[in-house]
Amino acid sequence: MQILSKTNKSILSAMVRSDFKLRYQNSVLGYLWSLLRPLLLSVILYIVFVKFLRISGKMPHYASYLLLGIMCWTFFIEITMGGVGAVVGKGDLIRKISIPRYLTVVSTSASALINFGLNFIVLFGIMLITGVEVQVKLLILVPLLLAELYAFSLAIAFILSAAFVKYRDISFIWEVFTQMLFYLTPIIYPVNLVLDKYPAGKYIMLNPLAQIIQQLRYILVTSQTQTAGHVLGWMSLTPLLTIPLICIVAVRYFRSESKSFAENV
Amino acid sequence: MSDNKAVITVQGISKYFSPSKGQGTMKQAVTSLFKSGKDTIMRDGYWALKDVSFEVKKGEFFGIVGRNGSGKSTLLKMIAGIYEPTDGKIQVDGKIVPFIELGVGFNNELSGKDNVYLNGALLGFTRKEITEMYDDIVAFAELQDHMDVKLKNFSSGMQVRLAFSIAIRAKSDILLLDEVLAVGDSAFQRKCYEYFMSLKKNKKTVILVTHDMGAVRQYCDTAVMIEEGNIVKRGKPEQVAQAYQKLFIDEIEDAKKKNGSLKNESDLRWGSGKLTAETPKIIIKDNKIIISCKYTASEDIEAPVLGFTIYGPSGTNILEGNTLRENYNTEPMFKNDSTSIVWTLPNILASGTYHVAVACCDQSTTEFYDWFNEAGSFIIVKEGNTAGVVDPELSATIKQG
Repeated sequence: MQILSKTNKSILSAMVRSDFKLRYQNSVLGYLWSLLRPLLLSVILYIVFVKFLRISGKMPHYASYLLLGIMCWTFFIEITMGGVGAVVGKGDLIRKISIPRYLTVVSTSASALINFGLNFIVLFGIMLITGVEVQVKLLILVPLLLAELYAFSLAIAFILSAAFVKYRDISFIWEVFTQMLFYLTPIIYPVNLVLDKYPAGKYIMLNPLAQIIQQLRYILVTSQTQTAGHVLGWMSLTPLLTIPLICIVAVRYFRSESKSFAENV
Repeated sequence: MSDNKAVITVQGISKYFSPSKGQGTMKQAVTSLFKSGKDTIMRDGYWALKDVSFEVKKGEFFGIVGRNGSGKSTLLKMIAGIYEPTDGKIQVDGKIVPFIELGVGFNNELSGKDNVYLNGALLGFTRKEITEMYDDIVAFAELQDHMDVKLKNFSSGMQVRLAFSIAIRAKSDILLLDEVLAVGDSAFQRKCYEYFMSLKKNKKTVILVTHDMGAVRQYCDTAVMIEEGNIVKRGKPEQVAQAYQKLFIDEIEDAKKKNGSLKNESDLRWGSGKLTAETPKIIIKDNKIIISCKYTASEDIEAPVLGFTIYGPSGTNILEGNTLRENYNTEPMFKNDSTSIVWTLPNILASGTYHVAVACCDQSTTEFYDWFNEAGSFIIVKEGNTAGVVDPELSATIKQG
């Protein structure tokens, strides 16, 4: 994707600023909510799954382990859910001026990025307090994994936003699909819990989200995390193929569809 | 740089709108897979524009006129890059700022100030540039005390003022204006005319889409008329404006023919038809308004009374004149005879758009041969503000004590 021009940069920042203001006006805690949301969700899931259902699988540092997974998941959901309505929601602009269409999707991802960054600060706090075992040698991989997560989420958002212009069913489909995906991704449960019962369950690690989350946990929280490499062997290299592929599909689909956004939106 | 360089070249563009390709549900998409695809698509859609070509030269004020639904706004949106042409090519040399509507991106829930920054960014300004001209924008819109209030608490007039105040600052080589004049009161319209005047003075390239033939005559160097997706007339603004007005006259004639009677009443034109007026020529020159009109008789008649009425921006009757009251004599007319009359009056009118009706009747003013409403229109632009209908030269003497 081309580097943003000066004009596009100021359009993007203006859109992000006004979205930001619109979202948090009339709310007392304002921006704190974006921090509290994943934290509270983690607390609920922690209580339900660790205290009542006891499926933590004796994972050390399970609080950090869970929070990191929830954060990545929330990031993915915010970008893709925001992406669904990104173009249609800005239909007013698209019908009247010729701003680059991709700015609408990128601008909705901005707030997810900010939230993600802030959540990381909270996570680091918890990690320091609980004294996790960080794989220092592998820290260099963290930015790459985060970039992979962003690229994957954004690519899906582009496809969804363009498809939503034509098919309003997308929002319902995506809502149900993500519910299913949440349980198919090893976020709340350790992978070996599945593998012990169903060996074929290892294929859930083909999901780029599962691969990214587990790898991040392995580096940042505990070396007992089962990464795609452990579970799948050489097949864990598939993201090298699937991520670029989905990005190419997303860019091409969005480009060809964006020509008719103004008349269809 | 040569003034004759084309900055916009439109080559054989067409635009096809197909509703079946538009928004729908998955079900429609799936079921259409099983129908013979192309067939259904081509049946439902329509061509908004068909093989349109023209050039706009640097510094030209270019008018596009046409009826509602003729395709002129579609054309403008394609030049602006909002719509993709189905066929053909558009080349634009320079930066375009389109005003399809004032205040693009305005959000009711944001304050006036936030909206200035948002709208400004969408018009191509950086945040720093907007900060620099923010005070000027607010001052010009006369909204100093309101900028922290949410836009939804602005009156529509205030919103338009704010939007316009940002819009006129847009720096670009080419401006696309679509019916900006359709909104606002007469004071706002006057500001628009002054802005047009300054654009013309600064040799900006402007494409103006409008229904207002007064604006076309006053500002445009060249104009085209679009009818059902085709350019049906191009050339001098005067010719195009006349062609446009003739569209409506023809329509009335057709209606008359259909109903078999010339006495058929219409909002725009009615009368017995024994004597009919042509579209009047209106010239504003040297502080004079000159209205000339030609009448042709379709049967032998007594000496007729010829008259006109000027209606103001809000439709009020501003002034009337006729040969009877002004004691001018006319001659009896035979079939196919023509008479021309030229009215000259001092230009005391305030800035705004005016419509002219021309009429003719018999000496007793009981039988109207032809009453032709909105036969012509013109625009007056004067310096300074007035809330009055007339704006004549005033003089005063002041004594102290």
